[in-house]
Amino acid sequence: MTALAEQTGHWLEEFTKQKPADPWLQKLREHAFLRFTELGFPTTHDEDWRFTNVAAIARSRFAARPVTIPGTVPASTLRDADRDHLGKYAPENAFVALNTAFLDNVALVRIARGAVVEKPIRIEYSASGQSAHLHPRTLILVEPDAHCTIVETYRGTGKYFTNAVTEIVAGDAAVVDHYKIQQESPEAFHISTTQAHLGRSANFTSHSISLGAALARNDIGATLSEGTEATLNGLYVVNGTQHIDNHTSIDHAKPHGTSHELYKGILDGKASAVFNGRILVRKDAQKTDSKQTNKNLVLSDDAVIDTKPELQIFADDVRCTHGATIGQLDAESMFYLQSRGIGRDQARNLLTYAFAQDIVDRIKVQDLRDSLERVLFEKFHEHGSH
Amino acid sequence: MPLLEIKNLHARVGDREILKGIDLTVNAGEVHAIMGPNGSGKSTLAQVLAGRELYQVTAGQVTYDGQDLLELKPEDRARAGIFLAFQYPVEIPGVSNMYFLKAALNTIRKSRGMEELDAMDFLNLVREKMTLMKMDQALLNRPVNTGFSGGEKKRNEIFQMAVLEPRLAVLDETDSGLDIDALKLVAAGVNTMRDPARAMIVVTHYQRLLNEIVPDYVHVLADGRIVKSGGKELALELEEGGYAALGIYEEAEV
Repeated sequence: MTALAEQTGHWLEEFTKQKPADPWLQKLREHAFLRFTELGFPTTHDEDWRFTNVAAIARSRFAARPVTIPGTVPASTLRDADRDHLGKYAPENAFVALNTAFLDNVALVRIARGAVVEKPIRIEYSASGQSAHLHPRTLILVEPDAHCTIVETYRGTGKYFTNAVTEIVAGDAAVVDHYKIQQESPEAFHISTTQAHLGRSANFTSHSISLGAALARNDIGATLSEGTEATLNGLYVVNGTQHIDNHTSIDHAKPHGTSHELYKGILDGKASAVFNGRILVRKDAQKTDSKQTNKNLVLSDDAVIDTKPELQIFADDVRCTHGATIGQLDAESMFYLQSRGIGRDQARNLLTYAFAQDIVDRIKVQDLRDSLERVLFEKFHEHGSH
Repeated sequence: MPLLEIKNLHARVGDREILKGIDLTVNAGEVHAIMGPNGSGKSTLAQVLAGRELYQVTAGQVTYDGQDLLELKPEDRARAGIFLAFQYPVEIPGVSNMYFLKAALNTIRKSRGMEELDAMDFLNLVREKMTLMKMDQALLNRPVNTGFSGGEKKRNEIFQMAVLEPRLAVLDETDSGLDIDALKLVAAGVNTMRDPARAMIVVTHYQRLLNEIVPDYVHVLADGRIVKSGGKELALELEEGGYAALGIYEEAEV
């Protein structure tokens, strides 16, 4: 039996164990599963997965362990208009297909036209080990002129495999602030795909904070229309043998779009990180203004970062800039703090924390910012004390 | 017992020897000026006293308050009462001036067996010292030195000194880049800190600072050695005749 057949064989068992669903859902699942078996798990021979080896996921025999997530509803209860959006935006890859093959409950957020929802809408996914596979599915439908803030958090204990897909549709002039906080257990695998489809003059901000998991991969994509503004902020903090891969993709499909992207990473121990920022400016997308920045602070000799911008520009009247930096703590700053009596460890923590500060400052949800500040502070304090 | 005693101090950066045998004794209550042309080793001496690891001490001893200073880490020197006012204060984005100074003050207080200041007492102290330096209180909430003008940075150094109350202050070219009004303000701040229990080493290229901060002793540093020492009148001699009158020629800035 080939390796691919062996992998998909286990998933076929898992797939057939599912309770049959409504015909439309069953059809969707079967189509997706077929797609998954055709694609198989990516390997490091795939350009998009060159630096992220998912063999450990492919080899493992994860089992379905149903969990109930508050705020989610069975997919079977979705209205036709809502279910039509499922799978329409997320890119077609093995993990997305696998998620759809196990589609069961959906966290559905629908904001009516013109509604301004002040209070953040929270979706809290949690997993509890037992070698479970979980396929969180989130569908966010924001009608024109509506405003909302969504906070997705991912937590858990023990070893498990989270394979999340979030699709966001923002209507014309909608304002959507999206937060994804990944604090999975240290043994977990976390793969996620977030795809936003943005209307004319919509304003979309994504904040992706990655702190947990043994191996994590985020694919965050946005497709812009005329005059759309998209901001992608990211922070990843890894230590030990953690691996984090952020692939972002911004598609300027129409003119006058603006995108700002700032991803910052802090690496310690033998951790590794990947940043790949794709920006596509299509032929029609004149007057596009796009800026991408990736900054990395490397605290140890053994940590590894691979960072790559990927600009594909087919329009001629655009402004696109990108830059990446990889650096260590600044020796002069260290000395300045120490010369004022601040100990070496505390100085290191302070400067590390300061590096992340501008991403933290961009978080508009107060309690989220406070808890992140606390988590980071404790994290760096731990690091510095040994 | 002198507060600071430097004997035959040699220091290098990489394979370039910069200090070639410095001898200097400073007692509590005294203000010593160290003058010298660019490249003479003034700033190196200041940084070596504060513990900058970039410089390697190859020979000599430095005794501060009876202990071997060269054994101490930079933070321990600060806790023992040494303060360096930087020639080029470092910008640290992401760390607020307030947080930084409170952490510094409380670490130093703790090491002296004093109670840490709470937020209220700290703020009162800081307000008082800011008024002294005519500093805008909004600077407290800004990141350390970030976006400060040259003058604001220098004032911020002396303000920190006023808050931390060192026993030995080393002022490294605190006058550089200041116009005369800013210079007077900074010097006035320094003068209020003159105290029988506190010593100061004022490193400068020009005599004009010494009109404002009048030293007890002046030392002329050239090519890594103190070539002449005297009273405050030595600074005036230098002003009139220049370093060349002493047979000293300036090296290019390194």
